[in-house]
Amino acid sequence: MHKILHAQYLAPDIKLFRICAPKIAAKRKAGQFVIVRVTQKGERIPLTIADSDMAEGSVTIIVQGIGKTTKQLNQLNSGDSIMDIVGPLGKPSEIHYYGTVVVIGGGVGTAIAYPTAVALKKAGNHVISIVGARSKELVILESEMRITSDELHITTDDGSYGTRGFVTDLLGNLLNNGRKIDLVLAIGPIPMMKRVADVTRPFNIKTVVSLNPVMVDGTGMCGGCRAIVDNKTVFVCVDGPEFDAHKVNYDVLAKRNRAYLLHEKTSLELFLQQHEDAFRQGMIEECKLPHAQRY
Amino acid sequence: MEKVVGKGRLSIPRQKMPEQDPGKRIHNFDEVNLGFTAELAVQEALRCLQCRKPVCIDGCPVQIKIRDFIALVAKGDFLGAAKTIKEDNMLPAICGRVCPQEEQCEATCIIGKKGEPVAIGRLERFVADYERERVGLSVPAIKAKNGKRVAIVGSGPAGLSCAGDLAQKGYEVTVFEALHELGGVLTYGIPEFRLPKAIVKQEIENLAKLGVEFVADAVIGNTDTIDELLNDGYSAVFIGTGAGLPWFMEIPGENLIGVYSANEFLTRVNLMKAYRFPEYDQPIIDVKGKNVAVIGGGNTAMDAVRVSKRLGAKNAYIIYRRSEKEMPARIEEVHHAKEEGIEFIMLTAPVEFIGDENGWLKAARCIKMQLGEPDASGRRRPVPMPGSEYLMDLDVAIIAIGNGSNPLISQTTPDLQISKRGTIVVDENTGATSKPGVFAGGDIVTGGATVILAMGAGRRAARGIDEYIRGKRLPQDE
Repeated sequence: MHKILHAQYLAPDIKLFRICAPKIAAKRKAGQFVIVRVTQKGERIPLTIADSDMAEGSVTIIVQGIGKTTKQLNQLNSGDSIMDIVGPLGKPSEIHYYGTVVVIGGGVGTAIAYPTAVALKKAGNHVISIVGARSKELVILESEMRITSDELHITTDDGSYGTRGFVTDLLGNLLNNGRKIDLVLAIGPIPMMKRVADVTRPFNIKTVVSLNPVMVDGTGMCGGCRAIVDNKTVFVCVDGPEFDAHKVNYDVLAKRNRAYLLHEKTSLELFLQQHEDAFRQGMIEECKLPHAQRY
Repeated sequence: MEKVVGKGRLSIPRQKMPEQDPGKRIHNFDEVNLGFTAELAVQEALRCLQCRKPVCIDGCPVQIKIRDFIALVAKGDFLGAAKTIKEDNMLPAICGRVCPQEEQCEATCIIGKKGEPVAIGRLERFVADYERERVGLSVPAIKAKNGKRVAIVGSGPAGLSCAGDLAQKGYEVTVFEALHELGGVLTYGIPEFRLPKAIVKQEIENLAKLGVEFVADAVIGNTDTIDELLNDGYSAVFIGTGAGLPWFMEIPGENLIGVYSANEFLTRVNLMKAYRFPEYDQPIIDVKGKNVAVIGGGNTAMDAVRVSKRLGAKNAYIIYRRSEKEMPARIEEVHHAKEEGIEFIMLTAPVEFIGDENGWLKAARCIKMQLGEPDASGRRRPVPMPGSEYLMDLDVAIIAIGNGSNPLISQTTPDLQISKRGTIVVDENTGATSKPGVFAGGDIVTGGATVILAMGAGRRAARGIDEYIRGKRLPQDE
């Protein structure tokens, strides 16, 4: 059992946890992930490590409640425990001095991009960050990204905050204005990553995406997380999770991620029926926090 | 008890082990074999000739004193028999179930030359179950703690047997396991109906009683490296991580939804209990009323196809590119599979998986084979027959053609000598690797093999580690 040392909503359905895991906290590098199992009968889900605190012995994960497991996890609070956390898994991000780098986080993907942005900044890069969300209340880690970026741009689909539009619009503007960009890192929903790859391809800019396929063991043993990169099958858990954005077959990735859609729906419906009241109360209390009081 | 002498022994037929009726068992995950009763065990034990030179022992990778334990069974001293087995094999309830005895001890049994060999495996299983059910597992005597620590990487058969032996020799042993449950392939791979998980749990608890410490959720190579373990007070490290990187066929359509590796399919069912979804959260594609094919002819393939039948598959096929004679699976497993209505499609291989517009598997294009000249494995090579391609409706395909070597440890341990196949190179007698203080055994050394071979390797490495730590023999001296 691993104790939750701190838990806090950052936005509706998006919650930050610091979980006691001293070994992982000491070892993890930007870009790596953990596999978490919430309960005895729970599934194993991969979550990217957003941050760690070696003094506290904790790793930070940021979870968007979408299916049963993530919603169940988001029900937990400081002092509660989760069954298992294992890692750090996957290859770390390749951190070098590239020059000017653009870090793009779409939705909760910002939490995954954040540690790599920090590492890239530390390596001396000029970091331009673009944080995208559907609307103002779903923008996360704004202050953290601001501290670690030389330039921060925010886009919202509905224009309720920052620039109205998509992250790719901003990226396109930068490129069309002749900004010299040496690396683009894009993490978010699959269609967003695909569009970013399409935008940078004509400019021949090295572009990296972090893939989040269905996974079971996370150590290469099952091959469930396979994806096609450069027309070859890769195991994302041991060969990735970061790959050359221009070589990923996004179509296969998106299709494979829908393999268990019906199961996910069944699980979630059952869970919501069983926990309706507690779930609703928990959500309402936490998410009414004014923006400034959030993490 | 009736005394049977001389030729009387030969008149007793090999005793059949009761099993669950096939029609019933395809609807449950309970164990297929039900085990000997005491009467059947004694009858079977009486068939043993008690050879002066028992060659059955030569057939056993861990040299169990087979003749002696069978003599005790014949006398009805089942607990004595259990004790005798445990002098050489810490995990008899497991080996009695999953060892390929027909290729090992029973293959060398003298009566087997003329008739059917003594059912050594069934007796081993009976004795282990008898002890566990009547008096609980016995904890073997252990030497006084010597203050030396050994780390074992992987809690499968190699790691468990190595841990047990070292604990008995007085070492403080820590076993690291990457998954959240202990047991390695015994837990995630072999299904409940062939090896009940309660038995694996009890054997592991018994090792814990010997003082072995178990740490789950620890991926060595990542959570700690081998070097960190050596710097952290462990005098030696044993690597028994298994062959964990499934091979695919590298044919078109292999990434369609519905194409699984056997490892993934079995892990979802055995480890994650996906067959009890939604009580358990991990899902698996519903095969009820569907067509499922398992590609491969080994024990893993048999496990996967029989699991799919139990999950309700309408048609469950084995597709194998050679003929039944060349199949590496145990005869008993093939027999059980056939009883359960598994259809065997021999001399056939898929060349392409075909999906619908949403990426779901719908069919396989298969080609017929004929057998040509023997290949490097000594088995006749399958040769595709031109023009023999045909389509086969398929909803789920499970690839069970073996495993490569998991890269996590070799990537982070640069001074460990690795073969071209990715396996760890060791000294056969001691399990010593190229790196001082580091030993290895099981599938990570041999490539995919059997539980008992891994156990044998774990035991040899335990001796090697003991000698290494006591300074008798250092790898650099050789």
